[in-house]
Amino acid sequence: MSEAPSYSHNPTLLAPYLELDQGGKIMAEYIWVDGVGGMRCKTATVDHPVSNVSELKEWNFDGSSTGQAPGHDSDVYLRPVAIFKDPFRKGDNILVLCETFNSDGTPNRTNFRHHAAKSMEAAKEHEPWFGLEQEYSLLDADGWPLHWPKGGYPGPQGPYYCGVGTGKVFARDLIEAHYRACLYAGVTIGGINAEVMASQWEFQVGPCEGVSMGDELTMARFLLHRVAEEWGIKVTFHPKIFKDGDWNGAGCHTNYSTKAMRQPGGMKAIEEAIKKLGEKHLEHIAVYGEGNEERLSGKHETGHIGDFTSGVADRGASIRIPRHVAAQGYGYLEDRRPASNIDPYQVTGIIVDTTLL
Amino acid sequence: MKSSTSAPAFAHNPALLAPYLTLDQGGKIQAEYIWIDGDGGLRCKTATVDKPVKDVAELKEWNFDGSSTGQAPGHDSDVYLRPVAIFKDPFRRGDNILVLCETYNADGTPNKMNHRFHAAKAMKAAAEHEPWFGLEQEYSLLDADGWPLHWPKGGFPGPQGPYYCGVGTGKVFARDLIEAHYRACLYAGVTIAGINSEVMASQWEFQVGPCTGINMGDELTIARFLLHRVAEEWGIKVTFHPKICKDGDWNGAGCHTNYSTKEMRAPGGMKFIDAAIGRLAEKHLEHIAVYGEGNEDRLSGKHETGHIGDFTSGVANRGASIRIPRHVAAQGYGYLEDRRPASNIDPYQVTGIMVETTLL
Repeated sequence: MSEAPSYSHNPTLLAPYLELDQGGKIMAEYIWVDGVGGMRCKTATVDHPVSNVSELKEWNFDGSSTGQAPGHDSDVYLRPVAIFKDPFRKGDNILVLCETFNSDGTPNRTNFRHHAAKSMEAAKEHEPWFGLEQEYSLLDADGWPLHWPKGGYPGPQGPYYCGVGTGKVFARDLIEAHYRACLYAGVTIGGINAEVMASQWEFQVGPCEGVSMGDELTMARFLLHRVAEEWGIKVTFHPKIFKDGDWNGAGCHTNYSTKAMRQPGGMKAIEEAIKKLGEKHLEHIAVYGEGNEERLSGKHETGHIGDFTSGVADRGASIRIPRHVAAQGYGYLEDRRPASNIDPYQVTGIIVDTTLL
Repeated sequence: MKSSTSAPAFAHNPALLAPYLTLDQGGKIQAEYIWIDGDGGLRCKTATVDKPVKDVAELKEWNFDGSSTGQAPGHDSDVYLRPVAIFKDPFRRGDNILVLCETYNADGTPNKMNHRFHAAKAMKAAAEHEPWFGLEQEYSLLDADGWPLHWPKGGFPGPQGPYYCGVGTGKVFARDLIEAHYRACLYAGVTIAGINSEVMASQWEFQVGPCTGINMGDELTIARFLLHRVAEEWGIKVTFHPKICKDGDWNGAGCHTNYSTKEMRAPGGMKFIDAAIGRLAEKHLEHIAVYGEGNEDRLSGKHETGHIGDFTSGVANRGASIRIPRHVAAQGYGYLEDRRPASNIDPYQVTGIMVETTLL
């Protein structure tokens, strides 16, 4: 058995308690996005199992502790919007994704779901589908990339992408646990792969329609942080943990299609969308992630942040049209600009605003 | 459970993972797509599939970034994955599967590392002869730092002698890993015939077969994938390099290729075995060219090998290129063993050229 990091959980100690009868009550983990785009959560006991999100009470928290409200007026409200099954507590226990609202009733500053939901409602006849490819890096508890020589670097990129074998990939067991947790919870996880930088991975969520894309990605991120807690491993969504040296950044490539794009002849709709995206490059870049200018350098399979380009099978472009899509004349487009630390509601929302509204 | 040896830093933590492996998958399955990369190594990534799969034809074609695996340039990087064989997944179990894939370029041609494409044609052309193969895959185990597993760091264990088929501490290393691999292969549906520890310390062998035609390459490739994947959990590295210690008295690693046709297996088959050997002799250099990079360091004429420049054959002769097992010579039919291939061969190239040279 490996020497576990000091923070890792002790499943043997916990196991007997997870079998205890809950007396008909359930636990609801309220989850929200905080002041810096991270995740927060707290649990409430609910008197009986819940089948619909509308049965759940509104709650609140101390926003001055999460960068979401001033100290003298700190209550921020949690409004449940989506339920998922809890893979840690199992049974009838649930995860509850929430929107945050200020005490005056307005959406909190980092509640981007509110606006995105309106766009999605306005555009719903187009049935906008999304698939997000969430890349992320794993760090040891001390902040250095997981299993890299301390204060040093592993061999150059090459062997790690989709690798198998010791030294090629790290923490596959954590990745597997996250995958299974997502499947159980009801997140539409499409797959996983090891990425180009050592200790970097990716999972894909989708296809999801409209605002549920942001919901499911947010839940998948929560699950990743939460599962990694058990291993004593840190997860970062920073887009460029190493500015120097030949190390890839982390993105959140955003695959997008509408009903028109998915039908034969849809290429025309794809090209129209690309044109509209080209006219709003800077507006999109503004919400495509903090620190993205370090990642979108034009190297490491990115397009330069100042340029808007598109191309078939071109991983150096802003928008890539997959080759099979070009071949068949319909399908979807891939926006490769978003960084790993995006707010998914902002990104899916602006894509719909720009291309459909 | 405390172990007396401290596990390498990279080792998996099965106690933490176990509860997650019991979670319901909601009717969906995980399909691990596996392919051979630009160096002849293995790559993989997983896709969720909406329901259990019975036939490989139900699986979608996929693609990957070939510029990251030495298989395509950056400006035209999509390489396609075409499923060709399914195996059961011994790690995820249930209805989850491993999917072996051929790789194709954007223009539809087989990728330069896709030797299966050509071999499959040869196998089809020779199908009436029912070519059977058995591959004896040797390999060496290394610690995460690259030194042979459990050897003194930067040093060497006692000379070869006690390790071959050994039992007892210090005679064999990582038997638990070998056992896990053996069981994983059996579960997955790989025709693993056996294992033994080899002449060099920390060197092992497994045998796959008999397999007919193209299946040989498929099953050996999956067996190799399973070995790398299982060894990840132990934090141990597997190498198929044919001669990790060039200096000193240390064996190399091969992939002896046992071969027979319907005709060789029938009474009087010796005639066909001799004919095949005759044809192999005429194509020695063509075969050597695909029998593994670095093989010249291994086929020295010492350490139970024939010299790479010579083609020889003989009954029960482990120093020959082709060995006819004694019982085969005695009964007058059976199979031949080509001892030239190195451990790092592409099994499709080797089985394919064997059939081309002897049958087509």
